[in-house]
Amino acid sequence: MQTSDNPGWFVDFERVWLAYTEELRLQKHFAVEAIDLKIGRGEFIAIVGPSGCGKSTFMKLTTGLKMPSEGRILIDGQPVTGPLKISGMAFQAPSLLPWRSTVDNVLLPLEIVEPFRSNFKRQRAVYEERARKLLQKVGLAGYEDKFPWELSGGMQQRASICRALIHEPKMLLLDEPFGALDAFTREELWCILRDLWTEQKFNVILVTHDLRESVFLADTVYVMSRSPGRFVVRREIDLPRPRDLEISYTREFTDIVHELRGHIGAMRSNAAQPASSKAAP
Amino acid sequence: MTKKQLEGWSPWILLTVVLGLWQLICTVFNVSEFIFPSPWRIAKQFWEFKEIIGAHAWRTYWVTMAGFGIAIVVGVLLGFVIGSSRLAYAAVYPLMTAFNALPKAAFVPILVVWFGIGAGPAILTAFLISFFPIMVNIATGLATLEPELEDVLRVLGAKRWDVLIKVGLPRSMPYFYGSLKVAITLAFVGTTVSEMTAANEGIGYLLISAGSAMQMGLAFAGLVVVGAMAMLMYELFSAVERHTTGWAHRSSQNT
Repeated sequence: MQTSDNPGWFVDFERVWLAYTEELRLQKHFAVEAIDLKIGRGEFIAIVGPSGCGKSTFMKLTTGLKMPSEGRILIDGQPVTGPLKISGMAFQAPSLLPWRSTVDNVLLPLEIVEPFRSNFKRQRAVYEERARKLLQKVGLAGYEDKFPWELSGGMQQRASICRALIHEPKMLLLDEPFGALDAFTREELWCILRDLWTEQKFNVILVTHDLRESVFLADTVYVMSRSPGRFVVRREIDLPRPRDLEISYTREFTDIVHELRGHIGAMRSNAAQPASSKAAP
Repeated sequence: MTKKQLEGWSPWILLTVVLGLWQLICTVFNVSEFIFPSPWRIAKQFWEFKEIIGAHAWRTYWVTMAGFGIAIVVGVLLGFVIGSSRLAYAAVYPLMTAFNALPKAAFVPILVVWFGIGAGPAILTAFLISFFPIMVNIATGLATLEPELEDVLRVLGAKRWDVLIKVGLPRSMPYFYGSLKVAITLAFVGTTVSEMTAANEGIGYLLISAGSAMQMGLAFAGLVVVGAMAMLMYELFSAVERHTTGWAHRSSQNT
C-alpha cells in the first residue's frame, strides 16, 4: 500500500516453507508452507488464526531465529542469514527478571546488542535516561525503580514492551502480548501501542487471537490456517487513522470483525468435516 | 504474646518440653545412666569434659568446613557445566545419580587406604556427601530458562555465555543458597561418620571412644554438639539467602 513513496518492501517472503527437521521435510510435514508475503515499511500487520497454526514459527522466520527449508526471506532488502538485531520481541508472558528493577530490565537488551554493548559502561546514564523516558511514555512513571513483582500484570507487560523497544528496533514482533490481561487493561495497552507506533513508525507484526484487537491496531490483517500453516486471507483495514477506541463500536469496524470471524469459522468447520459430517451452519 | 513472637519462640518451647519429658521419664522409671542418660546427666558430663569436647568439636568443625568448601567449588563448577550444555547434562546426570545412591560411609575404608587415618578421609567424605545437592541445584537453575526470554535475547545476538551470565546464573542463586543449607548438614554427617572409623580426633572419634568406655553421657553430649553446629551453620546460610536473594521469596509470596 505504501509502494509509491517506498521503493521495495520491508519484509519480503517468497514461497517460504519450513519443516523443523530434515525427517519431517521428507515426510512433507511443514510447520508453515507457501508463504508469500510483502510488508511495506512502517506497516502494522496482524496475524490471526487458531492456536498451533504456525504463527510462532512465522515469527521465528521473520527474526532469523529459524532458517526456511525452502524459499527466500528478505528483510529491509537484505537476505536473512541469522538473528536480526533490528527486531524487538514481546510475548504473552512478560518474563521480566525478578532480581532487576524495572528500569534495569528495560536496559537488558542494551547490555547485549551492539553498538550499545561496547559503550554500556560509559553511556549508562544516557541509556538509563532513555529507558526512564520510555517507561514514562507508557505510563510507568514512578514505577521505574520498583521490582517486577511489585507491578500488576498490565504494568509488567508495558515494561516488557519497553524492553522490546529500547534499542529502537525497526521491527516489533508481538506474540499475543495482551492475551493474559483483563479487557480494560488490554484496551488501554492497545492505545499505548498505537501511540508508540504512530510516533516511531516501526514495523509491527502482531500475533493475536483477538479479532477486535487486530482490526483496531493493524493496517493489514492476515488470517492463517492450521496444518497446513499458511496465509489464507489478506484483509486491508481501511479505517481512518488516528483511530480512537470509539471506532470499535462503529458499524464499519464490527463489519470487518464479522467478516474475519466468518473466515475463521469457515476454516474451523472445514477442518472439522472429516471427523463429523455435520458442518457448522 | 503475639502469634509472630510465639512462632519465634516455638522451637525453644518444644525443646524445653521434650527435655522435661525426657528427664521425667529417666527419673520416674529410674533408667540406668549407662543405658540412657538423662538430660541433666548429659549436661553434667558436658561441663565436666568441656575442654575435650571443645577440642574435638573444633576439629570436626574445620574438617567439615574444608570438605564443604571443596563441595561448593566442585558442585558449582560441575553444576555450571552440566546446566549449560544439554549434552553434558545427558552424559553426566545418570552417572551422578548412581554415584549419589552409594552410601558414602562405604568410601571411608578406601579413603583410609589412600590417605591414611586422619583429616583426609573425613574432609573427603564430607565433600562427597555434600557436593551433589549443590551441583543439581545450580544445574537446574541454569537449565530452567523460559524459551520466550531466550528468543528475546538471542534475536539481539546474545551468545550462550551472555544468557548464562545475565539470566541463568542469577536465576540459579536461590537454588544455590537453598542447596547450601541442605549440603552443610550433610557435610556434618559425612565428617562424623568418617571420624568414627578413620580418625583419632573429632566428635565421631569421641562418640566411639565414649561408647566403648560406657560414658553414655559424654557420647550424647557429642551428638548434641554436632547437632548444634549443623543448626547454627544452617541458620547462617538461611540468613545469607534472605539477604542476597530476597526477590525469589517475595515474588513467591506475591503470586
